[in-house]
Amino acid sequence: MTTIPIDEPRIEQHSNYLTNGYSVKSWLLTTDHKRIALLYLITITLFFFLGGAFAVLIRLDLMTPAGDLMRDETYNKMFTMHGIIMVFFFLIPAVPAVLGNFLIPLMIGARDLAFPRINLLSWYVFVIGGLFTLASVASGGVDTGWTFYTPYSSTYANTHVVLAALGVFITGFSSILTGLNFIVTVHTMRAPGMTWFRLPLFVWANYATSLIMILGTPVLAVTIVLVAIERIFGVGIFDPKLGGDPLLFQHLFWFYSHPAVYIMILPSMGVISELVTCFSRKRIFGYGFVAVSSLLIAVYGFLVWGHHMFVSGQSVYAGMIFSFLSFFVAIPSAIKVFNWTATLYKGSISYQTPMLYVFGFIGLFAIGGLTGLFLATLAVDVHVHDTYFIVAHFHYIMVGGVVMGYLGGIHFWWPKITGRMYPEGWAKLAALIIFVGFNLTFFPQFLLGYLGMPRRYHVYPEEFQILNVMSSAGASILGVGYLLPLVYLFWSLRWGPAAGPNPWAAAGLEWQTSSPPPTENFEKIPIVTQEAYAYSEGSGFPVSPEADYKEGGSPVVHS
Amino acid sequence: MTAHDEHSISTRTYFLVFTALLVLTGVTVVAAFFNFGHLNDIIALVIAGTKATLVILFFMHVWHASGLTRVFVLSGFAWLALLMAFTFADLFTRWQVEAAG
Amino acid sequence: MSIPSTAEHHTTTHPALAHHFNDLAQQREAGTLGMWTFLVTEVMFFGGAFTGYAYYRWKFPEAFQAASHHLDIVLGTINTVVLICSSLTMVLAVQGAQRGDRKRLVRFLLLTILLALVFLGIKAFEYHHKWVEGHVPGRYFRWDPQHDGAVSPGGAQLFYSFYFTMTGIHAAHMIIGIGVIGVLVWMALRGRFTPESYGAVENTGLYWHFVDIVWIFLFPLLYLIGRH
Repeated sequence: MTTIPIDEPRIEQHSNYLTNGYSVKSWLLTTDHKRIALLYLITITLFFFLGGAFAVLIRLDLMTPAGDLMRDETYNKMFTMHGIIMVFFFLIPAVPAVLGNFLIPLMIGARDLAFPRINLLSWYVFVIGGLFTLASVASGGVDTGWTFYTPYSSTYANTHVVLAALGVFITGFSSILTGLNFIVTVHTMRAPGMTWFRLPLFVWANYATSLIMILGTPVLAVTIVLVAIERIFGVGIFDPKLGGDPLLFQHLFWFYSHPAVYIMILPSMGVISELVTCFSRKRIFGYGFVAVSSLLIAVYGFLVWGHHMFVSGQSVYAGMIFSFLSFFVAIPSAIKVFNWTATLYKGSISYQTPMLYVFGFIGLFAIGGLTGLFLATLAVDVHVHDTYFIVAHFHYIMVGGVVMGYLGGIHFWWPKITGRMYPEGWAKLAALIIFVGFNLTFFPQFLLGYLGMPRRYHVYPEEFQILNVMSSAGASILGVGYLLPLVYLFWSLRWGPAAGPNPWAAAGLEWQTSSPPPTENFEKIPIVTQEAYAYSEGSGFPVSPEADYKEGGSPVVHS
Repeated sequence: MTAHDEHSISTRTYFLVFTALLVLTGVTVVAAFFNFGHLNDIIALVIAGTKATLVILFFMHVWHASGLTRVFVLSGFAWLALLMAFTFADLFTRWQVEAAG
Repeated sequence: MSIPSTAEHHTTTHPALAHHFNDLAQQREAGTLGMWTFLVTEVMFFGGAFTGYAYYRWKFPEAFQAASHHLDIVLGTINTVVLICSSLTMVLAVQGAQRGDRKRLVRFLLLTILLALVFLGIKAFEYHHKWVEGHVPGRYFRWDPQHDGAVSPGGAQLFYSFYFTMTGIHAAHMIIGIGVIGVLVWMALRGRFTPESYGAVENTGLYWHFVDIVWIFLFPLLYLIGRH
């Protein structure tokens, strides 16, 4: 059942990137950034639901204090595989490799990314890395936690650590190639008139993300090489028994993995900047601040990694410096949140599905970010370190932030990607279910952590059961919320009403071309004469939401 | 950076840089056999840094490259300095933790 | 927000121009910037290993010096000179491509490959020698404090772990470089490079010089510590 009146599906008359060849080969050997984005979309969706399946098993096991469902070793493998798959194979590529790949050339007025074949290569590298990780799952799983901490991963674990680590290593190169491509594209491929301060904020965010990818990921790669050498040849690079130092591993690991948090969240923030301005029918408030805050977060993210090591035995002085510096990350993050809320102020807000995700993002990110300040405080961190408080905190950022932004973006650009509208009623329902399910899953975990339940344990005292059962119940609601878009988005491919080039009456070059866009994106390369968010009277765009939101998405014509 | 710019590096310059690299290699080997205390490491690193700079500026044409390329070159080394600085900020001050027991 | 450009798509149709670029200058700029971006990632990749080296050098100064004494300084110096020579031949090859001098390009590329093979041969000889001495880290590592130096065997093994890791990764880069230069020779012989379009030669040159720079730092840090 759907609440959307369905127009007769119109098949697009013009040829577009989807009709440019139907063979398997035309997809697997494509160099079109839009098709590669779809290849990524399919791949990471598979990984998302695989990682989700592990989460389901974890939550089921935690329903009872005794952890009746699985043995201790199995539980260790479950949270490890959940973490590895979600972090490296979903969260990191989610927004950049799918939406970034699809949109950056369109947004800057280019025919493709600078290196189309390297773009395709990055997808193959990603898949190969994924296959290694799947092979480690199939051969019994890994139990080190997604962080591969030494000397456990290098000396003591009896699982296929090298196989899984190799998967992460290979996938890292996919991320490096994507980042490299974005950076060069933004520098060299912008359309005439597309100055840096006319770039959409989504492009700024992905550019900042790409900086982290190329500066951080290689350090993770060499760290994994060192772990693999240690494990294969039995030398003690990180093993204290042989003179090594596990803290060096943690330094190298977190040098990448803390900024990696910003690899995940920054592109989603970019999505939110696009959405909030479109559905408020207002220019973004403080464009320059939002743009530069992305770069600040990217750079500043490299200065705070030691806050993961407060209780690992690093020097107290280093701990104090890292704690002090960590507070400052709040500033550029707060700049973004304040500017989004200021954009809402006196805007003509309409509550379309993407906007619901925006509200979800802002609220949940605020909670996740503010609890991050607790954790940056040395004394508080000693109390809650390695408890469910941490688990709740980073899920508020990773799921409440990244996934909300990702889903909001998928809905917003779905008509551009496929040429079809999704069913609005179902989509709003799903957004609501996800929001409720998410909070029911993860808010109790703040309480659990504060009361002292450690993470990575599956046997716990009975007084924690109520909160754990609440969390598991929330997870089942969340699961339904994630399955719904899978169903109705597939449905819309066949039965969704045709969207037209610009169903949201949105500013931005990507809406100037047809939906789906032609293979080379534009009939003619546009010359840009305006800022990115020309949502105001007199600039040719309607400012009244009622005027442009006819359900079924009739395109707003403007010339 | 255009093709024209690179022509301005002559074969003679390349050979001069090459000679300088060989001489510096000789100097660093000889210097290693004298005891300057802690200065030995610094001398070796300064010479290596000089050689690397020569290669980057002339063999890699950064002398004539755009400002953007120069920023990229510097950013790589700056970020490496960042990694080392914070890692050693921990390592060099850890004695205090050990003393506190 | 925008008006369609009057500039025609593909006004310049050069055979080396990819479809998504406007002109060769844009294509070349993208290629160069891409290579430098890649080299930044390489700096960070090797940089992680250098950080590890410095970390343990600080923890085990005597062991690192003693272990370093077992490396052959003569072979190390020869290899440094060989690699600097290969950088010179590479830059002369790029110059040949700039001038459209195919003979000069091919000749100096082949010379670069030859020098690289000499380097790897000497490296292989050194590795073999270390194996015979029992200084390859791992199960067969032997360190006799009477004979090899009265220092922590753990520290000495860490030195060799980094010696083999870093020179090994460096050698892997050289082997990849040799392969790429081989492809360049093949392309050059088929006349694929012109003075307007030789980005592949130039970027391979950048890569090769980077590999040289890594060795410029590895040589004093591995071979020259505590020789006095």
